[in-house]
Amino acid sequence: MLSTFNLMLLIIMVMAAIGTVISRSLLKSAISLALVSAILAVLMFELASPLSGVFELSICTGLITVIFLSTIGLTSPKDAGEQEELTKKRWKRYRYLPVIVTAVALLYFWFIKIPMDFTLPAKEAAGSDVRNVLWNLRQIDLVGQITIILTGAFGVIILFRELTKHE
Amino acid sequence: MNNSMWTMFLNLSLFSILLGVCGLYCILVTRNLFRILIGLELITKGITLLLIAAGYITGHTATAQALVITLIALEVVVIVVGGGIILSIYWNNKSMDVRNLRHLKG
Repeated sequence: MLSTFNLMLLIIMVMAAIGTVISRSLLKSAISLALVSAILAVLMFELASPLSGVFELSICTGLITVIFLSTIGLTSPKDAGEQEELTKKRWKRYRYLPVIVTAVALLYFWFIKIPMDFTLPAKEAAGSDVRNVLWNLRQIDLVGQITIILTGAFGVIILFRELTKHE
Repeated sequence: MNNSMWTMFLNLSLFSILLGVCGLYCILVTRNLFRILIGLELITKGITLLLIAAGYITGHTATAQALVITLIALEVVVIVVGGGIILSIYWNNKSMDVRNLRHLKG
């Protein structure tokens, strides 16, 4: 039962990723991307990584989708004629993606002969507490995270200041 | 590492590669700046899945989670700053098409 469930989740995730790429509307793309993130979060819970699953669900599925939707909301859509012209050209460029994805999957199974077993092994992965690792062993990661977040914050402030001046 | 663990890792790495392929195709084919950001995000999802699977089979889930949390923080900042730059480009050019970005050419 678990095996079928895992396989279904993984297939839905790849299908949502294909939908994200070939979808005509940016809004639908952003929502499909949120679905990919949500499924990834479920997989993280199953792979004994609940804390990163929570982060994935709250930040990637929630915050990033909100950022994407806000950004799309600040731009105006194309007019109907232009949109129709683009739709015709779009399909020509994106029609190869499902074929490429299927070919890569088949080649992978052909070269690496692995059985189709998606059942998680019974062994519960042992390891130290993630808080212990993050605060004691990988403190430099925290310094990096703080630097990156501050860089992002200052970057956004500078960008919006430039835009206000421009207006 | 036993055989079933290795099988599971190989299966999960296939799906991680497929996510990466989708993201790479999106970046290569699209002309919309916003879709480039979405492609980048898809590649990051693939890498996240691979990290978590590797952490699970080696038993170092805590280290893998710490790395994934750092990756997520990095991802958010890239999206926020990238989105800001794309909006700025859109307000200046009234277009998100990469072919219209020729102001720095020459």
